Amino acid sequence: MRSYETAVSRAHGRGSTKNGFSHWWRQRITSVLLVPLLAWLAGGLALQAGADLESARAWVAFPLNATLLIVALAVLFYHAALGVQVVIEDYVHLEGLKVASLMLLYLVCFALVVAGSLAVVRIALGG
Amino acid sequence: MQSSNRPLSPHLTIYRPQMTSLLSIAHRGSGVFLAVAAVLLVVWLTALAAGPQAFATVQGLLGSWLGLAVLAVITLALTYHFCNGIRHLVWDTGRALELPAVYRGGWLVIIGTPVLAAVIWGLGVLGYFGYLGGA
Repeated sequence: MRSYETAVSRAHGRGSTKNGFSHWWRQRITSVLLVPLLAWLAGGLALQAGADLESARAWVAFPLNATLLIVALAVLFYHAALGVQVVIEDYVHLEGLKVASLMLLYLVCFALVVAGSLAVVRIALGG
Repeated sequence: MQSSNRPLSPHLTIYRPQMTSLLSIAHRGSGVFLAVAAVLLVVWLTALAAGPQAFATVQGLLGSWLGLAVLAVITLALTYHFCNGIRHLVWDTGRALELPAVYRGGWLVIIGTPVLAAVIWGLGVLGYFGYLGGA
């Protein structure tokens, strides 16, 4: 495994300046995780096309699927937040608006992970 | 610092579009679009948990022509971001950074995007007719 940091910056743990390395690295980790997760999710959801309530619930409630769905939701929305964060930092230059947008972004992404996971748990326990 | 009216580079309006720049812009664009589209997944799961009425409404919307068109665009955005994301991950290992390799990877992404999307929709058709057949 190639090291992306110098020994000193690794010791400081602050990347090139503040926390750019950490952000970049998290984006990479979530990308790698999303490759198998999204291949499974896209295929699995496509197979639910036209499914009725019972069969769709049965698919979600299957323990492996329920677990992977919650993991996928968490990784996907974290990856999305990290990505949209860069776009906001690139284009929103008013400091107050930028900070507010970033807070809203992470709040919404976190809420979506909770809402999605809650739905999965309800379906998994409701059978 | 005083801001001048001097032009900034690159001049996107006169800069000749290249595959490299277009794919890069499309990666960011598809990423932001997918972040919004991911809300649909939460909506679908929430409707599924809520009950028959909510689920029928969401399935009806997704199964309408407009819904299917939106799903088709989402699928293409997803397979594009997926393929180009893997291209980025390869670059991050220090590989395929020479210009010919950059273009070769770009063409792989351009071919892989519709192919993967077709595979996903093939599974969708399979699922749809599977359920119609009572499987």
